[in-house]
Amino acid sequence: MNQVAKNMTETKQDTIVEVDGIAMRYEGGVQALKGVDLKIPSGELTSFLGPSGCGKTTLLKIIAGLLTPTEGEVRIRGKKVTGPGPDRAFVFQDFALMPWATVQRNVEFGLELRGMPKDQRGEKAVKYIAEVGLAGFEKSYPHELSGGMRQRVGLARALAVDADILMMDEPFASVDEQTRRKFQEDMLDLLSKEKKTVIFVTHSIEEAVYVSDQVVLLSPRPGQVQRIIRTEIDRSKSPDEIRRDKNYLDYVDDIWAVLRTYL
Amino acid sequence: MKLNGKQIPIVYSLFLWAAIWELVGRYGGLAILPPLSAVFEAGVEMVPTDKFKSAMVVTLDAYFRGLAMAVAIGIPMGFLMGVSKTIDRLIGTWVNIFVSAPLTAVVPIFMVILGIGQATVIASVFLFAIWAIVLDTRAGVKHVNPSLPEMAHSFGASRWLIFYRIYLLAALPEVLAGIRLGLIRAVKGVVIGQLLVAITGIGELFELYSRNFLFDEFWALLLMVFAFAFATAEAVGLVEKRIEYYARTR
Repeated sequence: MNQVAKNMTETKQDTIVEVDGIAMRYEGGVQALKGVDLKIPSGELTSFLGPSGCGKTTLLKIIAGLLTPTEGEVRIRGKKVTGPGPDRAFVFQDFALMPWATVQRNVEFGLELRGMPKDQRGEKAVKYIAEVGLAGFEKSYPHELSGGMRQRVGLARALAVDADILMMDEPFASVDEQTRRKFQEDMLDLLSKEKKTVIFVTHSIEEAVYVSDQVVLLSPRPGQVQRIIRTEIDRSKSPDEIRRDKNYLDYVDDIWAVLRTYL
Repeated sequence: MKLNGKQIPIVYSLFLWAAIWELVGRYGGLAILPPLSAVFEAGVEMVPTDKFKSAMVVTLDAYFRGLAMAVAIGIPMGFLMGVSKTIDRLIGTWVNIFVSAPLTAVVPIFMVILGIGQATVIASVFLFAIWAIVLDTRAGVKHVNPSLPEMAHSFGASRWLIFYRIYLLAALPEVLAGIRLGLIRAVKGVVIGQLLVAITGIGELFELYSRNFLFDEFWALLLMVFAFAFATAEAVGLVEKRIEYYARTR
């Protein structure tokens, strides 16, 4: 996917998100994260992988500015995160679509909140609805769509605001297996065009290796960075070839070897 | 219901009961239960009279004023209870007591405070209608998928905007259900209020008819009140059906 980014080495080495000593303790005493330090390179896809309850979603929401950490800070291009901002867009696990609004209105929502005039945001929404493969469904309501289609709406909404960083919280978790594969491929295609930094949370090893340039392995609660694996996979190959690629399979095995020790 | 293996529409059961009423009224020899046809006749005669019209005006005035107050105060109250645990704990118990309490017993207190008149009736309507609206609104707000406000927040929505663009719309099905229950309870409120005050509106008519053994008129009025409560509730029900898809997809 990030062929472009990879060819431009200077882009690759730029850090866009810096996570510095993050700890998170929830009300009631649950320690979700402890001493997390992390650098996320610009223009790449980084995924957080770990056992359930390791705090990967918490970490993502802290970077998004939706949660305030107990300790430490997150910096984006050197600036401390104090809340959500226009440089980040979030894709939710349960899609978070407004059931009373059409696909069009849902995709426009982010643009509307940013004060874009009506006709302009309408045009933009139509463009992104088409890009995620939902042209013709503009006037449909979420309940008329399948799970996979609903998540495509969520993706279109996040892409439409044109944020540099796209944050995805297990976006395919509520989508069935066949749809998921197709969706992963479409997403990689789309992202290679959009040139964004993507932070992706998943509990699927295959998914993490398949979509990411860098996999961050988190330990069980309290979550800490266990290992960072850079996946050097030739992404010019077809999706099916990648899934049979030796490197791909080795990464999957490596990660599994770490994760199984948590069981 | 089936007859000879054929499905009979439910409305026909109404006709059956109407026929039974007519027969019992005609041949049962009960003074308090005149035949249905006589009740209808009394109703048709009653409606154009000035006395009836002025009673209706007074009654509907109290009904809609009390109801408007219950909606205007009940929705924000339920809303606050839904979003704030502190407020919920503070007034939740009272709301639950009032929703199940025999409110009729409270109306005389209004008479002492507000006097024997329209104000007491309005207060009574308000008191009967508000609690269902509060509780349903609260439930609606509590059931809002937490991802929705979070989503709006992530796109930079202010707190206030999240309230009215997300919570209020997401809770709309429950709010409407609350209003529907409120409408029905408000009918109770207006009748009880007027009966206790006893000198205004249809409460006065009820008193007049029953005291003078005018049962034709009494039943006619009663049927009209029933029909009114039923029709208004059904009207809100229709609106509810239109937005039913909300609830299914949350």
